[in-house]
Amino acid sequence: MLSIGLGHYLTVSAILFVLGILGIFLNRKNIIVILMSIELILLSVNLNLVAFSAALQDLTGQVFAMFVLTVAAAEAAIGLAIVVIYFRNRGSIEVEDISTLKG
Amino acid sequence: MIAALAFYVFAAILIASAVMVVTSRNPVHSVLFLILAFFNASALFLMAGAEFLAMILVIVYVGAVAVLFLFIVMMLDIDFTQLRQGFQRYAPVGGVIGAILFLELLFVYGSWQFAPDAATLRMNVVPVEPGVSNTEALGRLVYTDYVFLFQVAGLILLVAMIGAIVLTLRDKSVDSKRQDIATQVARAEAVVLTKVPAGAGLATMGITRRKLPEAPKPKAVAHDDPGHSGGGHH
Repeated sequence: MLSIGLGHYLTVSAILFVLGILGIFLNRKNIIVILMSIELILLSVNLNLVAFSAALQDLTGQVFAMFVLTVAAAEAAIGLAIVVIYFRNRGSIEVEDISTLKG
Repeated sequence: MIAALAFYVFAAILIASAVMVVTSRNPVHSVLFLILAFFNASALFLMAGAEFLAMILVIVYVGAVAVLFLFIVMMLDIDFTQLRQGFQRYAPVGGVIGAILFLELLFVYGSWQFAPDAATLRMNVVPVEPGVSNTEALGRLVYTDYVFLFQVAGLILLVAMIGAIVLTLRDKSVDSKRQDIATQVARAEAVVLTKVPAGAGLATMGITRRKLPEAPKPKAVAHDDPGHSGGGHH
């Protein structure tokens, strides 16, 4: 109980992942909170990678976590830019309204 | 002992703030709790020995991404109470799916173990010589073995930057009343060069001034007092 090992990190990361998934379901209408939930999910993935990297004494996991972080930052920037132009065009960011591409 | 206590504190705050991100009414509070979650996750990274990633997490996520979220939430004029209407409706199905996912993860973790030759399969073992920090070890790796991936990561960020700018840039050439000096000077008949013969006036050359509107004549003031016709003050 008092020595922190791989299992503790994996448990925290699993709880964080599930909370992110739950956030997507709970805030079905608010796309900004959905993006934040995706950030939480990516954070839990990073925590997983770092935990395994520390447990195995292998740096590859940290390198991979760095790339995941890069992609997450790019995704947040593009996603928020799309939200802004969508709001500019429609005046609303309700997910259920977004059906332009449905044809 | 103290490390275990610190781990539990950081993990508890991380999970609590993640719950608040998901459930809070105001998205501004969500973003602020997201920042708190990132700070605590960075503390967990520090405890796992990933110092460089911890600092990157604080700088990139808290300094850039979370502040970007904050800007967007505050910039858009949205009725957030309306966006929360399906909250109770979607809570059961979300809870069920979350519980299923969590149970599956628990099963995976419960039955999972390292391969017997996991230690020999490692690709980049943490250097054991003293004086090599985590940052230095990562740098040695990223700039040598993973340099192409590193370049591609930079390219992804460049594409994301250009994409965000292209998406949000508004073309202002249609509506703007901005002064364009070159166009204004090159306008037809803005400046006319005329050869003036000596002694000619404007009227003989055909250049006439626009007539000024006639000034209203001053009204005559009626004098009530006939005996006082010699002027003086009224």
